[in-house]
Amino acid sequence: MDKYFEMIRIRFLMMLAYRTNYYTGILIYCINIGAYYFLWSAIYNGKSAIQGMSIEQMTTYVAVSWMARAFYFNNIDREIAMEIKEGKVAVELIRPYSYLGMKTMQGLGEGVFRLFFLSFPGLIITSLLFPLHFSSDIRTWGYFALSIMLSFVINSQLNLLAGVVTFFTLNNEGLLRAKRFVIDLFSGLILPISFYPHWAQEVMKYFPFQAISYIPSMIFTESFRGQAVINGLLFQLVWSIILLFPLQLLWKVAKKRLVVQGG
Amino acid sequence: MFYVSVFFQYMAQYMKTKLQYRADLFVEFLSDLMFQSVNLIFILVVFGHTTLLHGWTRDEMIFIYGFFLVPFALFGAFFNIWDFNERYIVRGEMDRVLTRPVHSLFQIILERMELESLVGGVTGMIIMGYASARLHLEFHWYDFFLFLLFALGGMLVYAGVFISLATISFWSDARSSIMPMMYNISNYGRYPIDIYNRVIRYILTWILPFAFVGVYPSAYFLGKKEWYGYAFLTPVIGLVFFMIAVMLWNKGVKRYRGAGN
Repeated sequence: MDKYFEMIRIRFLMMLAYRTNYYTGILIYCINIGAYYFLWSAIYNGKSAIQGMSIEQMTTYVAVSWMARAFYFNNIDREIAMEIKEGKVAVELIRPYSYLGMKTMQGLGEGVFRLFFLSFPGLIITSLLFPLHFSSDIRTWGYFALSIMLSFVINSQLNLLAGVVTFFTLNNEGLLRAKRFVIDLFSGLILPISFYPHWAQEVMKYFPFQAISYIPSMIFTESFRGQAVINGLLFQLVWSIILLFPLQLLWKVAKKRLVVQGG
Repeated sequence: MFYVSVFFQYMAQYMKTKLQYRADLFVEFLSDLMFQSVNLIFILVVFGHTTLLHGWTRDEMIFIYGFFLVPFALFGAFFNIWDFNERYIVRGEMDRVLTRPVHSLFQIILERMELESLVGGVTGMIIMGYASARLHLEFHWYDFFLFLLFALGGMLVYAGVFISLATISFWSDARSSIMPMMYNISNYGRYPIDIYNRVIRYILTWILPFAFVGVYPSAYFLGKKEWYGYAFLTPVIGLVFFMIAVMLWNKGVKRYRGAGN
């Protein structure tokens, strides 16, 4: 356990060395949130609520989705693909830790770093620029914290899955891009799932994507209340367990048929 | 004449290398198409809940987005300078560029050509075709030339802003994240300008004129008379910003001292 904690710490410190990059990162997120703020204001245009969400909730939804993304987002899929391409993975595999576990911990180190240096200051700045609504209920914050942890787990599992597939295809740029597209669209980052047409919502119930962004943001804006919060968290929990199975299976097979390129 | 022939020779070489890896090319086309559809899906879903966005209908919004894709694709194909600092200044590649017999900026454009981005322009035209069919737009014979002019103008706006940013590297070779920031700002130009507040509108028109890439020129084809003045300014603004960029570039090249050995 100690060694995994150490990996989080090292990644955190590594990111700390390049922290100036993150000040512009905050600006970029603010710019994006601003664009959606104006768009949504125009879309609401006097309407008090669409799909049960007020304009204030929607603005908060947009802001918190982007700030949460800073936490759960990572590039471990690309890192794995890169290490396979360069043959580095061979060395990693003989080290005394689980390769996938190590990648996840590195991702977590990055996420925690961005949480402190991007999300928190970013959220304060955006709350000065745009009319956001923060809940005063401590339970909402607790549920939200739990929810973004699960977002991180599910997003990382999907990234690991996509990365491990590289063991079979050797070059899977296409898959990585397709995954990004699906997550952009169906995680709820650019649009709350409840805005999609009914049939699309039904289909998305059978996929884990809304667990990444939609559920935590709905909890934060208190668009989910009571039982809906519990259901959302359960949905996330169930998916984070389900995804372990294909991951383990693929990983087992992948290790057996590993071909090291030029390693 | 010399420039034109060099341009086409580079283009031919580029196509040869790309066609070697047809599967990769296909994947790239497909993923570009996917990312272009994200915004389209956003517009379609949102208009399931409203009919007008500040007086713009769904199909007009789609048309603007379609138009935006054309100058953006041209820019992506010919002005790949977002990594100019790393590729040319830090690695010292600029030294080699300066020994070439064509203008240094032109040489970089040739080397960094990415013709596959042009597919985005085709997508854009299909989207525009769809929107204009639904809007029953009427076109005159000269509209085609105006379209070319506006698309080129939009491309020059983009090129002007991004080349100007690239020239910062001549003065300071520190890495900066100003390029991705500008990229995100440029997305504002895809939506009708009147949804923003006055400050942002002013910036998008005169300082970082990204409104001239999407909404202003589209307004002409959509027959929005109140925006005609801005629409016809598109090529002018494009030229002005591009000329400023070239001037900055030439100044920067004079200052360039080379890095490394």
